[in-house]
Amino acid sequence: MVKNPRWVAYVLIFIILLFIPRLLSIYHLMLFEYGLTFAIVGLGFNLLLGYTGLLSFGHGAYFAVGAYTVGMIAKYFPGAYSLEILIPAALLFSLIISIIFGFLCVRHTKIFFSILALSLSMLLYALLFKLYHLTGGSDGLRVPLPTLLGISFKGIRRPEFLSGTYYYFLLVLFAISCVIMRGIVSSPFGKALQAIRDNEVRAELIGIRVRRYRLYAFIISGMFVGLGGALWSFVNGHVTADLSHWVFSGEIVYMTLLGGFGILEGPIIGAILFTYLKLYAMGNTQYWMFVIGATLIVLVLLLPNGVAGAIASLLAKIKRKTVKGTPC
Amino acid sequence: MLTIDNLKKHFGFVRAVDNVNMDIREGEIVSIIGTNGAGKTTLVNLISGYIKPDSGRILFFDKDITYASPYIRIKLGVGRSFQLIQLFGNITVLDNVRTALFSKYGMIRRGLLPADRYSSVTDEAIKILDNFNMSDKKDLTPTGLSEGDLKILDIAVAFALKSKLLLLDEPTSGVATNDKFKVMDSIVSAIKKEGISTLIIEHDMDIVSGYSDRVIVMHEGKIMAEGKPNEVMENKEVKATVFGIVS
Repeated sequence: MVKNPRWVAYVLIFIILLFIPRLLSIYHLMLFEYGLTFAIVGLGFNLLLGYTGLLSFGHGAYFAVGAYTVGMIAKYFPGAYSLEILIPAALLFSLIISIIFGFLCVRHTKIFFSILALSLSMLLYALLFKLYHLTGGSDGLRVPLPTLLGISFKGIRRPEFLSGTYYYFLLVLFAISCVIMRGIVSSPFGKALQAIRDNEVRAELIGIRVRRYRLYAFIISGMFVGLGGALWSFVNGHVTADLSHWVFSGEIVYMTLLGGFGILEGPIIGAILFTYLKLYAMGNTQYWMFVIGATLIVLVLLLPNGVAGAIASLLAKIKRKTVKGTPC
Repeated sequence: MLTIDNLKKHFGFVRAVDNVNMDIREGEIVSIIGTNGAGKTTLVNLISGYIKPDSGRILFFDKDITYASPYIRIKLGVGRSFQLIQLFGNITVLDNVRTALFSKYGMIRRGLLPADRYSSVTDEAIKILDNFNMSDKKDLTPTGLSEGDLKILDIAVAFALKSKLLLLDEPTSGVATNDKFKVMDSIVSAIKKEGISTLIIEHDMDIVSGYSDRVIVMHEGKIMAEGKPNEVMENKEVKATVFGIVS
Protein backbone atom coordinates (compact mmCIF):
# COMPACT_ATOMS: atom_id res chain seq x y z
CA MET A 1 0.00 0.00 0.00
CA VAL A 2 1.38 3.42 -0.96
CA LYS A 3 1.86 5.60 2.12
CA ASN A 4 0.95 8.89 0.45
CA PRO A 5 -0.83 8.55 -2.89
CA ARG A 6 -0.95 12.32 -3.29
CA TRP A 7 2.84 12.54 -3.61
CA VAL A 8 2.85 9.62 -6.04
CA ALA A 9 0.35 11.54 -8.17
CA TYR A 10 2.54 14.66 -7.96
CA VAL A 11 5.62 12.74 -9.14
CA LEU A 12 3.66 11.16 -12.00
CA ILE A 13 2.32 14.55 -13.09
CA PHE A 14 5.82 16.00 -12.93
CA ILE A 15 7.14 13.18 -15.15
CA ILE A 16 4.34 13.82 -17.67
CA LEU A 17 5.12 17.55 -17.60
CA LEU A 18 8.74 16.77 -18.50
CA PHE A 19 7.49 15.42 -21.84
CA ILE A 20 5.09 18.25 -22.61
CA PRO A 21 7.43 20.02 -25.12
CA ARG A 22 7.40 16.80 -27.20
CA LEU A 23 3.63 16.50 -27.04
CA LEU A 24 2.46 20.05 -27.70
CA SER A 25 2.97 22.38 -30.65
CA ILE A 26 5.02 25.49 -29.91
CA TYR A 27 1.86 27.60 -29.85
CA HIS A 28 0.17 25.38 -27.29
CA LEU A 29 3.38 25.03 -25.33
CA MET A 30 3.57 28.82 -24.98
CA LEU A 31 -0.02 28.85 -23.80
CA PHE A 32 0.84 26.14 -21.31
CA GLU A 33 3.79 28.20 -20.08
CA TYR A 34 1.50 31.17 -19.54
CA GLY A 35 -0.66 28.76 -17.55
CA LEU A 36 2.28 27.55 -15.45
CA THR A 37 3.34 31.10 -14.56
CA PHE A 38 -0.24 31.93 -13.58
CA ALA A 39 -0.32 28.69 -11.57
CA ILE A 40 2.55 30.02 -9.41
CA VAL A 41 0.58 33.27 -9.07
CA GLY A 42 -2.53 31.28 -8.08
CA LEU A 43 -0.59 29.33 -5.45
CA GLY A 44 0.55 32.58 -3.85
CA PHE A 45 -2.83 34.27 -4.12
CA ASN A 46 -4.54 31.27 -2.58
CA LEU A 47 -2.38 31.46 0.53
CA LEU A 48 -4.04 34.78 1.20
CA LEU A 49 -7.58 34.01 0.01
CA GLY A 50 -8.03 30.31 0.71
CA TYR A 51 -5.86 29.92 3.79
CA THR A 52 -5.91 33.34 5.48
CA GLY A 53 -9.35 34.54 4.37
CA LEU A 54 -8.23 37.82 2.81
CA LEU A 55 -9.51 38.74 -0.65
CA SER A 56 -7.13 41.08 -2.46
CA PHE A 57 -8.17 42.94 -5.60
CA GLY A 58 -4.66 44.33 -5.95
CA HIS A 59 -2.35 41.39 -6.47
CA GLY A 60 -1.62 42.56 -9.99
CA ALA A 61 0.77 45.01 -8.27
CA TYR A 62 3.17 42.25 -7.16
CA PHE A 63 2.91 40.56 -10.55
CA ALA A 64 3.85 43.90 -12.13
CA VAL A 65 6.73 44.33 -9.68
CA GLY A 66 8.16 40.94 -10.67
CA ALA A 67 7.68 41.60 -14.39
CA TYR A 68 9.00 45.17 -14.25
CA THR A 69 12.05 44.08 -12.26
CA VAL A 70 12.99 41.98 -15.29
CA GLY A 71 12.15 44.77 -17.75
CA MET A 72 14.03 47.44 -15.80
CA ILE A 73 17.15 45.30 -15.33
CA ALA A 74 17.10 44.59 -19.10
CA LYS A 75 16.93 48.32 -19.79
CA TYR A 76 19.21 49.78 -17.12
CA PHE A 77 21.55 46.94 -16.06
CA PRO A 78 21.96 44.72 -19.14
CA GLY A 79 25.15 43.30 -17.64
CA ALA A 80 23.13 41.68 -14.88
CA TYR A 81 20.50 40.29 -17.24
CA SER A 82 20.73 36.62 -16.41
CA LEU A 83 18.05 34.36 -14.93
CA GLU A 84 20.08 33.56 -11.82
CA ILE A 85 20.11 37.28 -10.94
CA LEU A 86 16.68 38.23 -12.32
CA ILE A 87 14.68 35.72 -10.29
CA PRO A 88 16.22 36.63 -6.89
CA ALA A 89 15.90 40.32 -7.84
CA ALA A 90 12.20 39.88 -8.69
CA LEU A 91 11.68 38.07 -5.37
CA LEU A 92 13.53 40.82 -3.49
CA PHE A 93 11.53 43.68 -5.03
CA SER A 94 8.20 41.89 -4.61
CA LEU A 95 9.24 41.24 -0.99
CA ILE A 96 9.91 44.96 -0.43
CA ILE A 97 6.66 46.14 -2.05
CA SER A 98 4.66 43.40 -0.29
CA ILE A 99 6.05 44.50 3.08
CA ILE A 100 5.10 48.13 2.44
CA PHE A 101 1.65 47.48 0.93
CA GLY A 102 0.98 44.57 3.28
CA PHE A 103 1.78 46.64 6.36
CA LEU A 104 -0.95 49.09 5.32
CA CYS A 105 -3.49 46.49 4.14
CA VAL A 106 -3.47 43.95 6.98
CA ARG A 107 -4.62 46.57 9.45
CA HIS A 108 -8.04 45.97 7.88
CA THR A 109 -10.12 42.96 6.84
CA LYS A 110 -13.00 42.11 4.51
CA ILE A 111 -14.05 44.79 2.00
CA PHE A 112 -11.74 47.40 3.53
CA PHE A 113 -8.73 45.14 2.96
CA SER A 114 -9.85 44.40 -0.62
CA ILE A 115 -10.36 48.06 -1.51
CA LEU A 116 -7.11 49.17 0.09
CA ALA A 117 -5.18 46.48 -1.81
CA LEU A 118 -6.90 47.60 -5.01
CA SER A 119 -6.11 51.28 -4.35
CA LEU A 120 -2.42 50.58 -3.73
CA SER A 121 -2.14 48.53 -6.93
CA MET A 122 -3.78 51.39 -8.87
CA LEU A 123 -1.27 53.77 -7.29
CA LEU A 124 1.52 51.62 -8.68
CA TYR A 125 -0.31 51.47 -12.03
CA ALA A 126 -0.41 55.29 -12.14
CA LEU A 127 3.32 55.45 -11.38
CA LEU A 128 4.21 52.86 -14.01
CA PHE A 129 1.96 54.62 -16.53
CA LYS A 130 3.09 58.20 -15.87
CA LEU A 131 6.83 57.79 -15.29
CA TYR A 132 7.35 57.40 -19.00
CA HIS A 133 11.10 58.01 -19.10
CA LEU A 134 11.73 55.43 -16.41
CA THR A 135 9.11 52.75 -17.09
CA GLY A 136 8.24 53.25 -20.74
CA GLY A 137 4.74 54.50 -19.76
CA SER A 138 1.98 53.09 -21.96
CA ASP A 139 4.57 51.50 -24.28
CA GLY A 140 5.93 49.38 -21.45
CA LEU A 141 9.30 47.65 -21.57
CA ARG A 142 10.70 44.99 -23.86
CA VAL A 143 11.91 41.77 -22.25
CA PRO A 144 14.77 40.26 -24.28
CA LEU A 145 15.97 36.68 -23.84
CA PRO A 146 18.09 36.38 -20.70
CA THR A 147 21.26 34.38 -20.19
CA LEU A 148 21.40 31.39 -17.87
CA LEU A 149 24.60 30.44 -16.00
CA GLY A 150 26.64 32.26 -18.63
CA ILE A 151 24.88 30.59 -21.55
CA SER A 152 23.65 33.17 -24.05
CA PHE A 153 20.59 32.59 -26.21
CA LYS A 154 21.46 35.27 -28.76
CA GLY A 155 20.36 34.38 -32.27
CA ILE A 156 17.74 31.96 -30.96
CA ARG A 157 14.10 32.85 -31.61
CA ARG A 158 11.85 33.23 -28.56
CA PRO A 159 9.65 30.18 -29.40
CA GLU A 160 12.76 27.98 -29.52
CA PHE A 161 14.01 29.42 -26.23
CA LEU A 162 10.62 28.83 -24.65
CA SER A 163 10.35 25.26 -25.88
CA GLY A 164 13.84 24.30 -24.69
CA THR A 165 15.81 25.47 -21.68
CA TYR A 166 13.24 27.94 -20.43
CA TYR A 167 10.42 25.39 -20.22
CA TYR A 168 12.47 23.18 -17.91
CA PHE A 169 13.64 26.18 -15.89
CA LEU A 170 10.01 27.22 -15.47
CA LEU A 171 8.93 23.67 -14.64
CA VAL A 172 11.56 23.32 -11.92
CA LEU A 173 10.54 26.63 -10.34
CA PHE A 174 6.90 25.62 -10.57
CA ALA A 175 7.65 22.29 -8.85
CA ILE A 176 9.69 24.03 -6.12
CA SER A 177 6.84 26.53 -5.62
CA CYS A 178 4.33 23.69 -5.24
CA VAL A 179 6.52 21.83 -2.73
CA ILE A 180 7.15 25.01 -0.69
CA MET A 181 3.48 25.96 -0.68
CA ARG A 182 2.43 22.43 0.27
CA GLY A 183 4.92 22.66 3.16
CA ILE A 184 3.64 26.07 4.24
CA VAL A 185 -0.06 25.23 4.29
CA SER A 186 0.36 21.96 6.18
CA SER A 187 2.89 23.40 8.68
CA PRO A 188 2.11 24.88 12.11
CA PHE A 189 2.36 28.31 10.43
CA GLY A 190 -0.24 27.23 7.85
CA LYS A 191 -2.50 26.00 10.67
CA ALA A 192 -2.17 29.42 12.32
CA LEU A 193 -3.29 31.10 9.08
CA GLN A 194 -6.27 28.75 8.82
CA ALA A 195 -7.11 29.46 12.46
CA ILE A 196 -7.07 33.21 11.70
CA ARG A 197 -9.27 32.63 8.64
CA ASP A 198 -11.81 30.63 10.66
CA ASN A 199 -11.96 32.75 13.80
CA GLU A 200 -9.63 35.66 14.36
CA VAL A 201 -10.95 36.39 17.87
CA ARG A 202 -10.16 32.88 19.06
CA ALA A 203 -6.86 32.88 17.17
CA GLU A 204 -5.82 36.00 19.10
CA LEU A 205 -6.90 34.34 22.34
CA ILE A 206 -4.77 31.26 21.79
CA GLY A 207 -1.76 33.54 21.44
CA ILE A 208 -1.49 34.05 17.67
CA ARG A 209 -0.54 37.60 16.72
CA VAL A 210 -3.21 37.92 14.07
CA ARG A 211 -2.05 41.08 12.30
CA ARG A 212 1.56 39.93 12.20
CA TYR A 213 0.63 36.54 10.73
CA ARG A 214 -1.60 38.19 8.16
CA LEU A 215 1.38 40.30 7.15
CA TYR A 216 3.59 37.20 6.85
CA ALA A 217 0.94 35.57 4.63
CA PHE A 218 0.66 38.75 2.56
CA ILE A 219 4.42 38.91 2.03
CA ILE A 220 4.77 35.24 1.05
CA SER A 221 1.78 35.60 -1.25
CA GLY A 222 3.25 38.74 -2.85
CA MET A 223 6.57 36.98 -3.44
CA PHE A 224 4.94 34.02 -5.18
CA VAL A 225 2.94 36.42 -7.36
CA GLY A 226 6.10 38.46 -8.07
CA LEU A 227 7.92 35.27 -9.09
CA GLY A 228 5.01 34.42 -11.40
CA GLY A 229 5.21 37.92 -12.91
CA ALA A 230 8.95 37.62 -13.58
CA LEU A 231 8.59 34.19 -15.19
CA TRP A 232 5.61 35.38 -17.25
CA SER A 233 7.58 38.33 -18.64
CA PHE A 234 10.00 36.02 -20.49
CA VAL A 235 7.10 34.16 -22.10
CA ASN A 236 5.34 37.37 -23.08
CA GLY A 237 8.45 39.32 -24.12
CA HIS A 238 6.95 42.62 -23.10
CA VAL A 239 5.59 44.19 -19.91
CA THR A 240 3.08 47.04 -19.57
CA ALA A 241 1.52 49.01 -16.75
CA ASP A 242 -1.78 47.13 -17.27
CA LEU A 243 -0.36 44.34 -15.13
CA SER A 244 -0.93 46.51 -12.07
CA HIS A 245 -4.45 47.51 -13.15
CA TRP A 246 -7.36 46.17 -11.08
CA VAL A 247 -8.72 44.35 -14.14
CA PHE A 248 -5.65 42.12 -14.17
CA SER A 249 -5.94 41.64 -10.39
CA GLY A 250 -9.53 40.56 -11.09
CA GLU A 251 -8.21 37.90 -13.46
CA ILE A 252 -6.04 36.51 -10.65
CA VAL A 253 -9.14 36.31 -8.44
CA TYR A 254 -11.07 34.71 -11.30
CA MET A 255 -8.56 31.96 -11.98
CA THR A 256 -8.40 31.12 -8.27
CA LEU A 257 -12.20 30.88 -8.07
CA LEU A 258 -12.29 28.84 -11.27
CA GLY A 259 -9.96 26.22 -9.84
CA GLY A 260 -11.26 26.45 -6.28
CA PHE A 261 -9.59 28.16 -3.37
CA GLY A 262 -10.35 25.54 -0.75
CA ILE A 263 -7.74 23.19 -2.19
CA LEU A 264 -4.03 23.73 -2.75
CA GLU A 265 -4.18 22.38 -6.30
CA GLY A 266 -7.29 24.45 -7.18
CA PRO A 267 -5.58 27.63 -8.38
CA ILE A 268 -3.11 25.59 -10.46
CA ILE A 269 -5.97 23.97 -12.38
CA GLY A 270 -7.80 27.32 -12.47
CA ALA A 271 -4.78 29.18 -13.89
CA ILE A 272 -4.24 26.71 -16.72
CA LEU A 273 -7.97 26.52 -17.54
CA PHE A 274 -8.28 30.30 -17.45
CA THR A 275 -5.37 30.78 -19.85
CA TYR A 276 -7.04 28.55 -22.45
CA LEU A 277 -10.55 29.84 -21.76
CA LYS A 278 -9.56 33.47 -22.16
CA LEU A 279 -7.55 32.84 -25.30
CA TYR A 280 -10.23 30.76 -27.00
CA ALA A 281 -12.92 33.24 -26.01
CA MET A 282 -10.85 36.15 -27.34
CA GLY A 283 -10.07 34.23 -30.54
CA ASN A 284 -13.69 33.40 -31.28
CA THR A 285 -15.74 36.41 -30.29
CA GLN A 286 -15.35 40.09 -29.64
CA TYR A 287 -17.69 39.54 -26.68
CA TRP A 288 -15.09 37.45 -24.87
CA MET A 289 -15.66 39.34 -21.64
CA PHE A 290 -19.27 38.16 -21.77
CA VAL A 291 -18.05 34.55 -22.00
CA ILE A 292 -15.71 35.04 -19.03
CA GLY A 293 -18.49 36.71 -17.01
CA ALA A 294 -21.06 34.05 -17.90
CA THR A 295 -18.59 31.31 -16.93
CA LEU A 296 -18.08 32.99 -13.57
CA ILE A 297 -21.84 33.08 -12.94
CA VAL A 298 -22.19 29.39 -13.86
CA LEU A 299 -19.20 28.60 -11.68
CA VAL A 300 -20.52 30.39 -8.61
CA LEU A 301 -23.97 28.82 -8.99
CA LEU A 302 -22.99 25.27 -9.92
CA LEU A 303 -19.42 24.76 -8.69
CA PRO A 304 -18.94 27.04 -5.69
CA ASN A 305 -15.79 25.12 -4.74
CA GLY A 306 -14.36 25.46 -8.25
CA VAL A 307 -13.33 22.75 -10.67
CA ALA A 308 -10.82 21.16 -8.28
CA GLY A 309 -13.37 21.28 -5.46
CA ALA A 310 -15.91 19.49 -7.66
CA ILE A 311 -13.33 16.83 -8.63
CA ALA A 312 -12.37 16.37 -4.97
CA SER A 313 -16.03 15.92 -3.92
CA LEU A 314 -16.56 13.44 -6.73
CA LEU A 315 -13.48 11.43 -5.71
CA ALA A 316 -14.60 11.50 -2.06
CA LYS A 317 -18.05 10.19 -3.11
CA ILE A 318 -16.49 7.39 -5.15
CA LYS A 319 -14.21 6.50 -2.23
CA ARG A 320 -17.15 6.38 0.19
CA LYS A 321 -19.14 4.16 -2.21
CA THR A 322 -16.14 1.86 -2.66
CA VAL A 323 -15.69 1.54 1.11
CA LYS A 324 -19.42 0.83 1.56
CA GLY A 325 -19.38 -1.71 -1.23
CA THR A 326 -16.33 -3.57 0.10
CA PRO A 327 -17.41 -6.94 1.51
CA CYS A 328 -16.43 -7.57 5.14
CA MET B 1 -2.76 33.96 42.08
CA LEU B 2 -5.29 36.42 40.63
CA THR B 3 -6.07 39.63 42.48
CA ILE B 4 -8.62 42.11 41.19
CA ASP B 5 -8.43 45.52 42.77
CA ASN B 6 -11.21 48.12 42.36
CA LEU B 7 -11.84 47.12 38.76
CA LYS B 8 -14.25 49.35 36.88
CA LYS B 9 -15.77 49.22 33.40
CA HIS B 10 -18.71 51.40 32.41
CA PHE B 11 -20.46 51.42 29.03
CA GLY B 12 -22.05 54.89 28.98
CA PHE B 13 -24.45 54.91 31.90
CA VAL B 14 -24.29 51.14 32.34
CA ARG B 15 -21.99 50.16 35.21
CA ALA B 16 -21.03 46.73 33.88
CA VAL B 17 -18.24 46.22 36.42
CA ASP B 18 -18.20 48.65 39.31
CA ASN B 19 -15.25 48.68 41.71
CA VAL B 20 -14.95 44.90 41.96
CA ASN B 21 -12.40 43.35 44.33
CA MET B 22 -11.73 39.63 44.39
CA ASP B 23 -9.03 36.93 44.64
CA ILE B 24 -8.62 33.48 43.19
CA ARG B 25 -6.22 31.08 44.87
CA GLU B 26 -4.18 28.35 43.24
CA GLY B 27 -6.11 25.17 42.41
CA GLU B 28 -9.43 26.74 43.36
CA ILE B 29 -12.64 26.42 41.33
CA VAL B 30 -14.68 29.60 41.73
CA SER B 31 -18.09 30.20 40.17
CA ILE B 32 -19.64 33.57 39.46
CA ILE B 33 -23.41 33.73 39.36
CA GLY B 34 -25.78 36.61 38.84
CA THR B 35 -28.76 37.80 36.83
CA ASN B 36 -28.44 38.79 33.19
CA GLY B 37 -26.51 42.04 32.92
CA ALA B 38 -24.82 41.54 36.31
CA GLY B 39 -21.39 42.04 34.70
CA LYS B 40 -20.11 38.46 34.78
CA THR B 41 -19.02 38.19 31.15
CA THR B 42 -17.60 41.72 31.21
CA LEU B 43 -15.46 40.69 34.18
CA VAL B 44 -14.16 37.64 32.30
CA ASN B 45 -13.53 39.81 29.22
CA LEU B 46 -11.50 42.20 31.39
CA ILE B 47 -9.45 39.41 32.96
CA SER B 48 -8.72 37.81 29.58
CA GLY B 49 -7.80 41.15 28.00
CA TYR B 50 -10.62 41.04 25.47
CA ILE B 51 -11.60 44.54 26.66
CA LYS B 52 -9.72 47.09 28.76
CA PRO B 53 -10.99 48.54 32.08
CA ASP B 54 -11.67 52.21 32.86
CA SER B 55 -9.74 51.92 36.11
CA GLY B 56 -8.52 49.45 38.73
CA ARG B 57 -5.88 46.75 38.59
CA ILE B 58 -5.61 43.08 37.67
CA LEU B 59 -2.62 41.26 39.20
CA PHE B 60 -1.65 37.77 38.12
CA PHE B 61 1.02 36.23 40.35
CA ASP B 62 1.74 39.82 41.50
CA LYS B 63 2.35 40.97 37.91
CA ASP B 64 0.17 43.85 36.74
CA ILE B 65 -1.68 42.66 33.61
CA THR B 66 -4.43 45.31 33.65
CA TYR B 67 -3.57 46.64 30.19
CA ALA B 68 -1.53 43.69 28.86
CA SER B 69 -2.55 42.30 25.45
CA PRO B 70 -4.38 38.94 25.27
CA TYR B 71 -1.15 37.53 23.79
CA ILE B 72 0.87 38.45 26.91
CA ARG B 73 -1.84 37.10 29.24
CA ILE B 74 -1.89 33.80 27.41
CA LYS B 75 1.88 33.55 27.66
CA LEU B 76 1.57 34.20 31.41
CA GLY B 77 -1.10 31.49 31.75
CA VAL B 78 -4.57 33.04 31.53
CA GLY B 79 -6.78 31.05 29.13
CA ARG B 80 -10.48 31.24 28.43
CA SER B 81 -13.41 29.62 26.72
CA PHE B 82 -16.46 31.43 25.39
CA GLN B 83 -20.18 31.51 26.11
CA LEU B 84 -20.82 31.50 22.36
CA ILE B 85 -18.54 28.76 21.07
CA GLN B 86 -15.46 30.11 19.30
CA LEU B 87 -13.70 27.41 17.32
CA PHE B 88 -11.82 27.04 14.06
CA GLY B 89 -14.67 25.69 11.99
CA ASN B 90 -12.93 24.37 8.90
CA ILE B 91 -10.01 22.51 10.44
CA THR B 92 -10.22 19.19 12.26
CA VAL B 93 -10.85 18.71 15.97
CA LEU B 94 -7.24 17.55 16.29
CA ASP B 95 -5.94 20.68 14.53
CA ASN B 96 -8.06 22.92 16.77
CA VAL B 97 -6.19 21.58 19.79
CA ARG B 98 -2.85 21.18 18.03
CA THR B 99 -2.83 24.81 16.85
CA ALA B 100 -3.25 25.95 20.46
CA LEU B 101 -0.36 23.69 21.48
CA PHE B 102 1.90 24.99 18.69
CA SER B 103 1.10 28.51 19.86
CA LYS B 104 1.80 27.62 23.50
CA TYR B 105 5.19 26.09 22.66
CA GLY B 106 6.21 29.00 20.39
CA MET B 107 6.30 26.63 17.38
CA ILE B 108 3.60 28.39 15.41
CA ARG B 109 6.11 30.19 13.17
CA ARG B 110 7.53 26.95 11.80
CA GLY B 111 6.53 27.07 8.20
CA LEU B 112 7.99 24.26 6.14
CA LEU B 113 7.55 20.89 7.83
CA PRO B 114 4.01 19.48 7.99
CA ALA B 115 2.32 19.71 11.38
CA ASP B 116 2.08 15.90 11.44
CA ARG B 117 5.87 15.67 11.66
CA TYR B 118 5.75 17.16 15.17
CA SER B 119 4.62 13.87 16.65
CA SER B 120 5.10 14.89 20.30
CA VAL B 121 2.63 17.77 19.83
CA THR B 122 0.19 15.51 17.98
CA ASP B 123 0.43 12.90 20.76
CA GLU B 124 -0.17 15.56 23.39
CA ALA B 125 -3.20 16.91 21.47
CA ILE B 126 -4.64 13.39 21.32
CA LYS B 127 -4.00 12.97 25.05
CA ILE B 128 -5.89 16.19 25.77
CA LEU B 129 -8.77 15.01 23.58
CA ASP B 130 -8.64 11.69 25.46
CA ASN B 131 -8.97 13.56 28.77
CA PHE B 132 -12.15 15.11 27.40
CA ASN B 133 -13.31 11.79 25.83
CA MET B 134 -13.09 13.23 22.34
CA SER B 135 -10.15 11.48 20.70
CA ASP B 136 -12.49 9.33 18.56
CA LYS B 137 -13.71 12.55 16.90
CA LYS B 138 -10.26 13.97 16.15
CA ASP B 139 -10.60 13.78 12.38
CA LEU B 140 -14.00 15.48 12.21
CA THR B 141 -14.43 19.20 11.71
CA PRO B 142 -16.42 21.08 14.37
CA THR B 143 -19.42 21.29 12.00
CA GLY B 144 -19.94 17.56 12.51
CA LEU B 145 -20.12 17.78 16.34
CA SER B 146 -23.02 18.04 18.79
CA GLU B 147 -23.47 21.21 20.87
CA GLY B 148 -22.09 19.42 23.95
CA ASP B 149 -19.00 18.24 22.07
CA LEU B 150 -18.47 21.74 20.69
CA LYS B 151 -18.49 23.11 24.24
CA ILE B 152 -16.02 20.47 25.38
CA LEU B 153 -13.76 21.15 22.38
CA ASP B 154 -13.92 24.89 23.06
CA ILE B 155 -12.66 24.18 26.58
CA ALA B 156 -10.10 21.61 25.37
CA VAL B 157 -8.58 24.33 23.14
CA ALA B 158 -8.29 26.66 26.14
CA PHE B 159 -6.97 23.75 28.21
CA ALA B 160 -4.26 23.04 25.61
CA LEU B 161 -2.72 26.45 26.37
CA LYS B 162 -1.69 24.93 29.73
CA SER B 163 -3.17 27.90 31.49
CA LYS B 164 -2.64 28.39 35.19
CA LEU B 165 -6.01 30.12 35.31
CA LEU B 166 -8.88 29.03 33.12
CA LEU B 167 -11.90 31.30 32.60
CA LEU B 168 -14.97 29.34 31.52
CA ASP B 169 -17.88 31.46 30.34
CA GLU B 170 -21.05 29.40 30.74
CA PRO B 171 -19.52 26.04 29.86
CA THR B 172 -22.90 24.27 29.75
CA SER B 173 -25.03 26.88 27.97
CA GLY B 174 -26.70 25.40 24.92
CA VAL B 175 -25.96 21.88 26.10
CA ALA B 176 -28.94 19.52 26.50
CA THR B 177 -29.91 19.11 30.17
CA ASN B 178 -29.08 15.40 30.13
CA ASP B 179 -25.55 16.13 28.89
CA LYS B 180 -24.71 19.01 31.25
CA PHE B 181 -23.24 16.88 34.03
CA LYS B 182 -21.40 14.69 31.56
CA VAL B 183 -19.81 17.83 30.06
CA MET B 184 -18.92 19.21 33.49
CA ASP B 185 -17.53 15.86 34.70
CA SER B 186 -15.19 15.79 31.67
CA ILE B 187 -14.10 19.39 32.22
CA VAL B 188 -13.63 19.25 35.99
CA SER B 189 -11.78 15.92 36.00
CA ALA B 190 -9.32 17.27 33.38
CA ILE B 191 -8.90 20.53 35.34
CA LYS B 192 -8.36 18.78 38.67
CA LYS B 193 -5.86 16.38 37.15
CA GLU B 194 -3.70 19.38 36.18
CA GLY B 195 -4.47 21.47 39.29
CA ILE B 196 -5.64 24.46 37.23
CA SER B 197 -7.42 27.34 38.96
CA THR B 198 -10.77 27.98 37.33
CA LEU B 199 -13.28 30.79 37.22
CA ILE B 200 -16.64 29.60 35.93
CA ILE B 201 -19.59 31.74 34.95
CA GLU B 202 -22.71 29.64 35.25
CA HIS B 203 -26.48 30.01 35.60
CA ASP B 204 -27.30 26.44 36.55
CA MET B 205 -27.23 26.27 40.36
CA ASP B 206 -26.92 22.46 40.42
CA ILE B 207 -23.70 22.80 38.47
CA VAL B 208 -22.46 25.68 40.60
CA SER B 209 -23.04 23.85 43.88
CA GLY B 210 -21.77 20.53 42.54
CA TYR B 211 -18.43 21.67 41.18
CA SER B 212 -17.34 24.92 42.88
CA ASP B 213 -15.14 25.49 45.93
CA ARG B 214 -16.42 29.04 46.25
CA VAL B 215 -19.23 31.11 44.74
CA ILE B 216 -19.26 34.84 44.02
CA VAL B 217 -22.57 36.55 43.36
CA MET B 218 -22.63 39.65 41.16
CA HIS B 219 -25.44 42.14 40.79
CA GLU B 220 -25.42 45.37 38.77
CA GLY B 221 -21.65 45.28 38.39
CA LYS B 222 -20.87 44.76 42.08
CA ILE B 223 -20.13 41.74 44.22
CA MET B 224 -23.19 41.09 46.32
CA ALA B 225 -22.03 38.01 48.25
CA GLU B 226 -19.37 35.35 48.31
CA GLY B 227 -18.65 32.12 50.15
CA LYS B 228 -19.09 28.37 50.02
CA PRO B 229 -21.91 27.24 47.70
CA ASN B 230 -24.33 26.24 50.49
CA GLU B 231 -23.70 29.50 52.41
CA VAL B 232 -24.40 31.61 49.36
CA MET B 233 -27.57 29.65 48.51
CA GLU B 234 -28.91 30.46 51.96
CA ASN B 235 -28.14 34.17 51.73
CA LYS B 236 -31.49 36.02 51.82
CA GLU B 237 -30.39 38.88 49.59
CA VAL B 238 -29.06 36.42 47.01
CA LYS B 239 -32.23 34.37 47.18
CA ALA B 240 -34.34 37.43 46.56
CA THR B 241 -32.24 39.04 43.85
CA VAL B 242 -30.84 36.10 41.91
CA PHE B 243 -33.44 33.38 42.44
CA GLY B 244 -36.48 35.59 42.99
CA ILE B 245 -37.38 33.78 46.25
CA VAL B 246 -38.79 36.07 48.93
CA SER B 247 -39.11 34.34 52.32
